Amino acid sequence: MPTRPNTRAKIEYVLRTAEERKVAFIQLWFADVLGTPKSLQITPAELENALTEGMTFDGSAIDGFSRVQESDVIAVPDPTTFSLLPTDTSMARIFCDITNLDGSPFAGCPRNTLRHALDRAHELGYSFFAAPELEYFYFTKSEPGTVPTPLDSGSYFELTVSDLATQLRKRTVLALEDMGIPVEYSQHEDAPGQHEIDLRYTDALTMADNVMTTRLITKEIASASGVMATFMPKPIAGVQGSGMHTHFSLFRGNQNAFYDEKAEWGLSEVARHFIAGILRNAAAISAVTNQWVNSYKRLVPGYEAPVYVSWAQNNRSALVRVPNPRHTKPQSTRIEYRAIDPAANPYLAFAVVLGAGLDGIENGYELPAQVSENLFALTPEEVARRGISSLPGNLEEAVREMEKSELMRDILGEHVFEWFVRNKRDEWNGYKVQVSQFELDRYLGHL
Amino acid sequence: MEPLILYPEEPPFHVVKALQDGGYPFVAVKNVAQASKDETEEGWSGAIVCADSSLEDAFIACRQLRSKELNVSPTLLVVDRQSLAKLELREDLFDDFVTLPLDARELEVRLQRLFYRTGRGLSKEVIAYGPLSINLETYQASIGGRSLDLTYMEYQLLTFLASHPGRVFNRETLLSRVWGYEYYGGARTVDVHIRRLRAKLGDQHESLIETVRSVGYRFGRNPRH
Repeated sequence: MPTRPNTRAKIEYVLRTAEERKVAFIQLWFADVLGTPKSLQITPAELENALTEGMTFDGSAIDGFSRVQESDVIAVPDPTTFSLLPTDTSMARIFCDITNLDGSPFAGCPRNTLRHALDRAHELGYSFFAAPELEYFYFTKSEPGTVPTPLDSGSYFELTVSDLATQLRKRTVLALEDMGIPVEYSQHEDAPGQHEIDLRYTDALTMADNVMTTRLITKEIASASGVMATFMPKPIAGVQGSGMHTHFSLFRGNQNAFYDEKAEWGLSEVARHFIAGILRNAAAISAVTNQWVNSYKRLVPGYEAPVYVSWAQNNRSALVRVPNPRHTKPQSTRIEYRAIDPAANPYLAFAVVLGAGLDGIENGYELPAQVSENLFALTPEEVARRGISSLPGNLEEAVREMEKSELMRDILGEHVFEWFVRNKRDEWNGYKVQVSQFELDRYLGHL
Repeated sequence: MEPLILYPEEPPFHVVKALQDGGYPFVAVKNVAQASKDETEEGWSGAIVCADSSLEDAFIACRQLRSKELNVSPTLLVVDRQSLAKLELREDLFDDFVTLPLDARELEVRLQRLFYRTGRGLSKEVIAYGPLSINLETYQASIGGRSLDLTYMEYQLLTFLASHPGRVFNRETLLSRVWGYEYYGGARTVDVHIRRLRAKLGDQHESLIETVRSVGYRFGRNPRH
């Protein structure tokens, strides 16, 4: 679906609302290829022109946009995403699609990449829904280079006295609700200072926007109280890292395509092929769902993060978990992909999970048997004997797996694929030459 | 009097004749954009949109006539008797209609009735239902005096439901009438938006939008109760 021109009614709606609610500034939001939020700020006087013509800017300043010759691109606001910012109601934000000067979708824009994947699903008759669970840490603000200090010392589900971290989380949830981002629930997580916010499912494009908003609002509200919130996947060694387990489902019209009341466990053929597609492509999509050097420090045994490529109905060591639809409502049949971390680019992460699943449907991949035992209790040899493979162990392996995948090239498009591989190689090379604290502690006096 | 817009450029002969006989000035236009360009200083007194060749095009023209820049009123739709069913739920696009084959006398009576009301405006600016109030001019909605922060699609959905109180709509109808194009979320999206609207209306007023089991949704009281 090409980017639709903004209709007059939508534009009028935004203009009148900005006027009635006395908005002083409007932030035009978009994401670079790594999912870093970017914003152009304009005044109400410029708003009408931005909505009708878009805002031209030099894309070479944005990560993954740069192509030196043709660097000018246009940010075209999507009026349906217009919303006041609850943290400062004189401000409003609106998400943008990036187009080329001729109006065609810009290949480096992650929102376009996800749209493209959703169009593919649409052609097959499906719409794609997502519900992520974002984990993150609150730390006291400290000097760069020092070990971060968690803001509280609670643990999983702990009923703490109303400490600052809990108040911040509560304020964040209310702010999100104000922006029309419903929160399913929120809780204290396992590690000290670690919290979780679960968003209620919606279509994947809206949800990717919502993840961008949630990360920003969480950080902003913390920062206003002198606290740092971080979505870094593994900020402290030895305690749990932060994941973004995401529940996914496909709908055909109003019917959940993953549910079949006659099938075993209520899981339809579509669901079985979809899971099979994800398992088969799990290593290849890893570089996108877990895109940082640090991401792979979370994906290790012992911390409830997935390591092995397997699925199961209720096994939290599995990569894909399927909550039993018999216990829930048929309409809420879904799968949970447990590898993604909250520092991923949500547009690209949702696009590659969808693409991997559709690959399974289109090619009719058979679903392997589920693995219900705790894989972390087995030796690597025992795991291998069962024919179970592992996720990439580090960013370099992940990029190598990604490069081998024609499917990934297809889902991301040439522009994003090439840039991403190059950027991640650079990151790995930069990391490789570091001498770590681990090495100093272990070797310096000893060798 | 000011001229009428007559659409399309080649309207049915009987319509042209009836207008000439009745002494109504008119300008036949290819499309609404042309009407906007050709508008004289005194403006248009109204529009007659003939749907005999293409119903879809006629609806588009009606919609454009309603746009804020042009805002021509009243609009009289000339439509084939067989197409009457298609007018359902599009009542907001025109002020009145006559059927083909045309009765010249009927056309004149209806025009007179519409002109009588011009200026006062037939299209409402505020939809009010109980504690809910929607200002169509400013796009702002409020419940019990508290203003609602709605996204564009939430606003459109609420406006559509509130303009047809007591009627039950299924999800597909809402999707095609409110979203109007194939949307990424499909029919499931309707549920998501209804849930959000209810949350914004608040505990006290969420029952304004009722779920009708295995059918869809209804705004306001069931008229049979």
